[in-house]
Amino acid sequence: MLACADLTIEFNRKAVLKGVSLQFPPRKISAIIGPSGCGKSTLLRSFNRMHDLTKGARVIGSVTLDGREIYNTSEDPVLIRRRIGMVFQKANPFPTLSIYENTIAGLRLAGVTSTPVLKEAAEKALVDAALWDEVKDRLKSSPMTLSGGQQQRLCIARALAVDPEVLLMDEPCSALDPIATSKIEELMFRLRERLIVVIVTHNMQQAARASDRTAFLWMGELIEAGETEAIFTSPKKTMTEDYITGRFG
Amino acid sequence: MDVPTSTTLESPAPGLGSRPPSTGAALPPAQPGAVQVDSGPPPAEPPLAEPPPAEPLVDRYHRSTGRTADRIFRLATGACALSVAALILVAVLYLVHGSVPAFRANGLGAILSPVWDPTNQKYGALSFLFGTAYTSLIGMAIALPLGVLTAVALVEILPKALSQAISLAVELLAAIPSVLLGLWGIFVLVPLVRTVEIAIYKSPLGLKKLPIFAGPPLGVGYLSAGVLLAIMALPFILSVTREVILQVPSAQREAAYALGATRWQAIRRFILPYSWKGIFGAGLLGLARVLGETMAVTMVIGNTPQIKASLFASGYTLASVIANEFTEAPSDLAISALISLGLILLLVSILLNGAARIMLLRLSRSHGTPQEVK
Amino acid sequence: MSGSHRLRKIQGRLMEGVCLLAALLAVIPLFAFMWHLAAKGASSLTLNLFTQLPLPPGEVGGGLKNAIVGSLVVVGLATVAGIPLGVGAAVYMSEFARPKVASSLRFACDVLSGIPSIVMGLLAYQVVVVRMHHFSALSGSVALAFIMLPVVVITTQEMLRLVPHSLREAGHALGIPAWRIASSISLRAAAPGVLTGMILAVSRVAGETAPLLFTSFGNPYLSADPRQPIATLPHTIFTYAISPYDDWHRLAYGGALVLVLGILGSTLLSRFILWWHRRSLNV
Repeated sequence: MLACADLTIEFNRKAVLKGVSLQFPPRKISAIIGPSGCGKSTLLRSFNRMHDLTKGARVIGSVTLDGREIYNTSEDPVLIRRRIGMVFQKANPFPTLSIYENTIAGLRLAGVTSTPVLKEAAEKALVDAALWDEVKDRLKSSPMTLSGGQQQRLCIARALAVDPEVLLMDEPCSALDPIATSKIEELMFRLRERLIVVIVTHNMQQAARASDRTAFLWMGELIEAGETEAIFTSPKKTMTEDYITGRFG
Repeated sequence: MDVPTSTTLESPAPGLGSRPPSTGAALPPAQPGAVQVDSGPPPAEPPLAEPPPAEPLVDRYHRSTGRTADRIFRLATGACALSVAALILVAVLYLVHGSVPAFRANGLGAILSPVWDPTNQKYGALSFLFGTAYTSLIGMAIALPLGVLTAVALVEILPKALSQAISLAVELLAAIPSVLLGLWGIFVLVPLVRTVEIAIYKSPLGLKKLPIFAGPPLGVGYLSAGVLLAIMALPFILSVTREVILQVPSAQREAAYALGATRWQAIRRFILPYSWKGIFGAGLLGLARVLGETMAVTMVIGNTPQIKASLFASGYTLASVIANEFTEAPSDLAISALISLGLILLLVSILLNGAARIMLLRLSRSHGTPQEVK
Repeated sequence: MSGSHRLRKIQGRLMEGVCLLAALLAVIPLFAFMWHLAAKGASSLTLNLFTQLPLPPGEVGGGLKNAIVGSLVVVGLATVAGIPLGVGAAVYMSEFARPKVASSLRFACDVLSGIPSIVMGLLAYQVVVVRMHHFSALSGSVALAFIMLPVVVITTQEMLRLVPHSLREAGHALGIPAWRIASSISLRAAAPGVLTGMILAVSRVAGETAPLLFTSFGNPYLSADPRQPIATLPHTIFTYAISPYDDWHRLAYGGALVLVLGILGSTLLSRFILWWHRRSLNV
């Protein structure tokens, strides 16, 4: 279970996220929705300590994975990032590496050198990402020969190869066409069985059809969170209803 | 970019707007608050003495369209551009012309002989070719790793303010004239190198037996020249490598870190590989620069036309021999031979520079961002 | 897994340390050089340096008046030829030429800027000295102009490129002929940057020695005649530095300090111009 409690994030003293408390239970897909600039990506990135790389960023509050604190701990953020994987808005495969090398990149970074182990992990990850059949004959070729949707699935495979407990997805389909999008949503459903999936999306239809739980953020604050069906059919707050019905954002 | 507030036009148009141009029926400027009625003839205007001349391209505020002035300007500046571009061709032609006597007398192959003895009409340039290559190699072997590692430190590790200060310090290095670096070289570097060489010479490990350390430790020689060349190539390599590393898209860095890379892993496995081609181009440019370096090298290399493998040995480069012997050449043929050495330098530099620039251009195009190398 | 992770972390930190060491090494040459020059040359920086002619070897005293005047003459003449030609070429490339032509011209300039200065000296030798049958300040100026040209063209073109297109369009819309737009709008907007480029180009050729060795050749006497050989500061520094006379070494250091201060001064001047211009825009 991934959770955050009273999370506040500041960039150069300016609060971008204020006092957010959420829980992301296992075997569920959780969506974070809200208008542009509401802080959803900021929230997501705090879960794998990506803000450590940003100058002037301050994270106050707690984020826990299975009860153990992610911040304020002696544990190296590098190790945390191996347990919490991330997929980005625009697919970013490493252009200097082949498809195979991309998939196992995370394992190599972790120090795995045994070739049979790597090969097996690569195949498993690519199968899980629904990409194996399409690339199994050209594992050595450049990822830049793949389509946008395929590249994104490659990035998902890359993230899965290190066997994380959580997969964070930051608007993974926003640069993709509907067919590619539905492929990714399909694989999200399968992944749900094994890990916690948290997806940030500005596409409400996607949130409604693809997630089990939804959290609505606005201007850095959590407005409402709960079962997706409840949020979309009978939201408790008027602001939520206004956003969902398209009255703003 | 802000609009400069001091832009003025050469011929101000006095009264523009105060009286409408009489190119036919025109409405007078509307009075503020007045209701515009668009039907009906315009209110009476004082009639002109004569109808306006029917020249559509002339208005009363410019004497002419400036067509001829335009043409002259274009021609003049175009001539400037042409002459600058033609300079390369002119240089090649003049130097070929100057080298012909030497080639005719000794044949092209004579250049490759190791014997240089102008008083006896021997113009073998092999020792100079070797010296140029060897010193440049030493220089690049020092400057490339140093430049790349420094660039990594500046972009990835050090805070911005410190990184800018260090960049400035290295950039200023590039502004130092070669002869002044040579001055420092003679009085500071050479004694220093001599101390190091003596230490190696006296070393109980018997290092002096190695061919690369053979010979008396004079201080002047290939090593000193190589170090000076490294100092001169460094600013170049550093600035280009910095640019190349900065160009690595942040998406790549994020992907690497999100996978759990340590900072060095991200640098070594993802950021540097992305940049190799650019670094190679920078290396080529740096090499092209040091091949023709004259003054600093001449002052510390020992000026001996010989071919030796040792870092301690004195040598000679193409540029140095031209610098030293041109004014004392014993014959016109000797001058022609020296010019032919200059021709070699010219052709090699054109080739290297051209290749490096094309490579860097292709690289920036494939990465989608235009990249200027100064 | 954690043990190997720690090892990898240590390895990473070590390599980062190597990079920092490299950065430190990279800074040392500049300071070592400036320190040495200041230490050795400060004592020579007297009025005599500028007002006295050099004395024969072995005699103590004298100055570098001929070399300083000579440098001013040679660099001055080179500037007179090089700057207008270079700016003209850059204006053509930036305002009139078709993109393909402009990029080819730029490529040619890039290649030109990489040609060793001694080769340009050889060219000037062939073009001027051979014709005149003797060395002259003029041939030195020609060599320096050849070196200066691509630098001026490239920096001017870069500055013109920064001028937003909307300014030129405003000129076109007002019916101003193209040549006026180029001179009064584009060039004027880019003026501070172009001026900076000129200053830097001039300071760069002021330190050139190799091309002057067999063009302007040097002269122990004071002369400002372009048709005669002339002493220049960098050339004199070279000659004195490799000589065995201590007093000449002293003069060399003095001249070196003058040269460095001149170059440093022009770099600072150009930065000041840019800063002042930027400030005047933001008022």
